[in-house]
Amino acid sequence: MESILSFCFAVLIAPLLPAVIQKVKAYFAGKQGPPLLINYYTMIKLFKKGSVYSTSTSFVFKLGPVVGFTTSIMMLLFFPMAEIAPLFSFHGDVLMLFYLMGLGRFFTIIAALDTASPFEGMGAAREAFFSTLAEMTVFGILIIFFKLTGSLSFQEFFSGDHVISLMGEYGALLLLVVAGLYVVMLTENSRVPVDDPATHLELTMIHEVMILDHSGPDLALIELGAYFKLLFYSGFLARLIDPFHSANVWINSLLFYSVVAFIYITIGVVESITARYKMDLVPKFILTPFIFVFFVTILTMGVMQ
Amino acid sequence: MESFLQIQNNERLARADIPHLPFFQFRNEMLAFAKDGAQVVQFFAYEEEGSMKMLAVMRTDKLYVAGCDAPEDDKFPALTAESEKFHMFEREIGEQYGLKAEGHPWLKMVRYHKNYTGKKDVFDNDYSQDIPGNYPYFTVDGETVHEVAVGPVHAGIIEPGHFRFQCCGERVFHLEIQLGYQHRGVEKLFESVPFKRLPIIAETIAGDTTIGHNLCQAQAIESLADLKVDEGASIVRTIALEMERIANHIGDLGALSLDVAFNPPAAYFGRIRGEYLNLSQILGGNRFGRGLVRPGGVTHIMGDEQRQLLSEKLAELTPEVEHVNDLIFSAPSVMARFDDTGTVPYENAEKIGLVGYAGRACGLSYDARVSFPTECYADLPANSNARTDGDVCSRATVRREEIMHSTAIINTLLEKKVDAASYIPPEVNLAPDSFVVSVNEAWRGEVSHCILTDGNGDILRYKVKDPSFHNWTGLALSLRDTGISDFPLCNKSFNLSYCGFDI
Repeated sequence: MESILSFCFAVLIAPLLPAVIQKVKAYFAGKQGPPLLINYYTMIKLFKKGSVYSTSTSFVFKLGPVVGFTTSIMMLLFFPMAEIAPLFSFHGDVLMLFYLMGLGRFFTIIAALDTASPFEGMGAAREAFFSTLAEMTVFGILIIFFKLTGSLSFQEFFSGDHVISLMGEYGALLLLVVAGLYVVMLTENSRVPVDDPATHLELTMIHEVMILDHSGPDLALIELGAYFKLLFYSGFLARLIDPFHSANVWINSLLFYSVVAFIYITIGVVESITARYKMDLVPKFILTPFIFVFFVTILTMGVMQ
Repeated sequence: MESFLQIQNNERLARADIPHLPFFQFRNEMLAFAKDGAQVVQFFAYEEEGSMKMLAVMRTDKLYVAGCDAPEDDKFPALTAESEKFHMFEREIGEQYGLKAEGHPWLKMVRYHKNYTGKKDVFDNDYSQDIPGNYPYFTVDGETVHEVAVGPVHAGIIEPGHFRFQCCGERVFHLEIQLGYQHRGVEKLFESVPFKRLPIIAETIAGDTTIGHNLCQAQAIESLADLKVDEGASIVRTIALEMERIANHIGDLGALSLDVAFNPPAAYFGRIRGEYLNLSQILGGNRFGRGLVRPGGVTHIMGDEQRQLLSEKLAELTPEVEHVNDLIFSAPSVMARFDDTGTVPYENAEKIGLVGYAGRACGLSYDARVSFPTECYADLPANSNARTDGDVCSRATVRREEIMHSTAIINTLLEKKVDAASYIPPEVNLAPDSFVVSVNEAWRGEVSHCILTDGNGDILRYKVKDPSFHNWTGLALSLRDTGISDFPLCNKSFNLSYCGFDI
């Protein structure tokens, strides 16, 4: 029952949190910013609309948003938010989940290619390239976690004898992992300095340009998928850095979501004080955390012996 | 060069005094002139009593003029074959008067309209078709080459223009820009309307260069009609031109920072630009400078009250502008994005004759306010530019410097407490058979209007040249071998006018 409630809560709150980023950015710009519930209004608006399909697209184009949404929501089904056991869990689920996310990306990319628009092809190429680079870091992290806990399941990472936490045995090493995961989060969720979610300039976009042709409910599904994905990554980070543990589920959840909100705020701050990188510098930025993670892997090997 | 007549900015000449050379002498002297570093201010064709003539105004640190008869078979060997400086002008001459520049390396239409003479079209276009008509865009072949076409309808609120990129992956080999979607026939309109409508048309040539174009028009008419402008009016005109420069530079610096996803300065500069527009309203009754400059003077008198309002507001805004500029130019991530992006080397800038801040950012120090001062500029200090590497960062830095320079100019002028005479629309009678060329440094660069009158004192030919006419080629060159994702940034750093080009 707790697991179901936790899942429902995560789904419901996911659209709220990105509005926090917008609020922070608005604060830095001396503006009022959109209301906190803006994304709910947008979702309602989009679901009320119809979709427009180009005559040159095929069923692949319609499949993109659906697969993307489904794979993103599956992350939440398997991820233990706020120390509450997830709805599903099995040994090796992390591998499956990251590849499911890859599947979602694959469909977004071929849906973009399906439109035959020169912009969308460029965006697809960038997305494929950059996420490939980010994947190295993700799997580096999973290898470290496997070494530390002997498990390949989110549930087991954060429960049992070897809990992964900054407060734990390898806390100092985990600092580098946290930094790496943060960069992966920025990359995978198309945030500054990798991508600019607020731009209207097609030629500079990465993620946004791939979904230019989607409209109405399709666009809503894509946006929802993006909210879930960001919540998953910041939840993952929050579980690593969250220092508080309480027996009470409510207090625990409150603390957990406060840390998540804090992570969203830091994203807003990063977006306000840095400009985007030049496109050819982005790969260097994405590969930097891989070096962190690789370094940590070497260190853990030493520690384990 | 030896046959060209040296003239002053806004000097009225009897057309009989302009050297009228045989075509080949005209051509050779222009080429020699261009080779020695002169740039083209005006080069156009006109028709008089059924015969076609050409006229050119060149500049070094002085202005020179000469004319010629167009060769009889409507063809002439292109000057562009030997000097790139003429390439846009020759295309324009072909389009407007059907005179074909033979051997021109890239003879394509400029604005896509029928020529004025009813002659056979130089480009074999059927103008009932949409742009580009009978013109195959430049293409690059190859397995990994792809083409990206953008526009003419864009996301956002910019004007229509078509851009074709030939890319290899992210790298741009070549950018071709096709404009002309907003061609209104301004030059022909000038020749046909009553005099009192001239300022109104001049103000709408480019909405962001209202004062710049209108000032050229007013000065040219004043010169031809022997109207005197009092000192007070001159001061108001100078302040208005500088105010237009500040507002546009601030708006663009904000937009540059937004383009690299650095939001706070964009928001601050968006607001501050509004403040400067409001100052223009105090000065002339309109935020965009409309209705202020008229031949013979200015329509709004700047009294002590306005002077005080302006100087108090400027004193308040200037530290804010400095602060936001520091914010942009001290952010390492912004500098990393601006540096070495969209570079136009000095040699290329000189070849295509870049003007304005785009030229100054490449090391071409030409500033019409210094070289050919009008209004109060002869008494005012010139600006100098610290960074001239030709990249986005240089263009941004030059604008930053110009904002501070313009502010200093306005402050100096506000201290001269001379009121303009109240404006009474004068009787305008243009001198017959005369010529005048007017050059001003508008915010984007050199604006030039040239008027020829016929025997009755009517306008025979009105030629308008916006700085964008030179600088669009600069934008195309800045994209060579640059990432396609840098295009919006380069585009914004030039921020050229579509309608000013399309006239």
